[in-house]
Amino acid sequence: VRLRRRPLACQEVVELVTDYLEGALPRGLARAVERHLAGCPNCRAFVEQVRAAIRLARALPPEEVGDDVLDALTRAFEEYHDGGGDPPRAAP
Amino acid sequence: VAVAAGPDDERDLLARLRAGDAGAFRDVVRHHHPAMVRVAEGYVRSRAVAEEVVQDTWLAVVRGLDGFEGRASLRTWIFTILVRQAQARGGREQRTEPSADPTGEAALGATPSVPPSRFTGPPGHGAWAQPVARWHDDPAVAQESAEALEAVAATLRQMPLQRRQVMVLRDLEGWTSQEVCDVLGISEGNQRVLLHRARVQVRAGLEARGWGS
Repeated sequence: VRLRRRPLACQEVVELVTDYLEGALPRGLARAVERHLAGCPNCRAFVEQVRAAIRLARALPPEEVGDDVLDALTRAFEEYHDGGGDPPRAAP
Repeated sequence: VAVAAGPDDERDLLARLRAGDAGAFRDVVRHHHPAMVRVAEGYVRSRAVAEEVVQDTWLAVVRGLDGFEGRASLRTWIFTILVRQAQARGGREQRTEPSADPTGEAALGATPSVPPSRFTGPPGHGAWAQPVARWHDDPAVAQESAEALEAVAATLRQMPLQRRQVMVLRDLEGWTSQEVCDVLGISEGNQRVLLHRARVQVRAGLEARGWGS
């Protein structure tokens, strides 16, 4: 039995975009989204813009860690390893 | 920059960390620290406290490395420690401070992420009232200009913290939904609601810049 879903409205489609892109929609609903997008340039633009947002977020330059923090943590790491966590290195 | 791209790299990295390779440790800190601060910010009242929680987490990681069994990935293990510490810290502070964040927004799946004023027609079933401008074709956006990246960064800075946690891990760090759900202790459904609201907010922040118009 194939139930034909009623057409989705734009306002419904915009709320389903992430579920759609994640492949998390049931098949019938995913098809209904696709049918809507095929006929709706506005929602197609919206989806492209969500994709642009994802792409830009992925392209953000990584934040830097302050040298003071990095140095302090490295000292703690070295002290832990020098201080007995590890067996002493074998003498040559 | 991937610190450990695959299982072999991860084993190698772990061996170097356990052997006391400070360079390897610095790489791991550089790679994860910023995202850890953003995740911790979701639980505590300020950036400064989040930084403290992250530093405490690194100390716990250093002490725990020998006992890490490798059942989860290294980053999942590190972030799980982080979330536990941040939650403990956040809970302590909530007794003395007015509640910092809680948007409780994972429960808000029913709230529209696009303002209803953008639509015309029956409530909840409307059509776009105005054509959606095609600003995504603008070269500044398509070519990931510094200006477009700054617009995204600015939106992230102002974003409610729960949804930002999810977007940072999924879209900036490239984690899987399963990893994010495991570390944050949320359901797949809530994860998608938060991710959707975050992405739509970033889209709105870009739209507000009026590219190409």
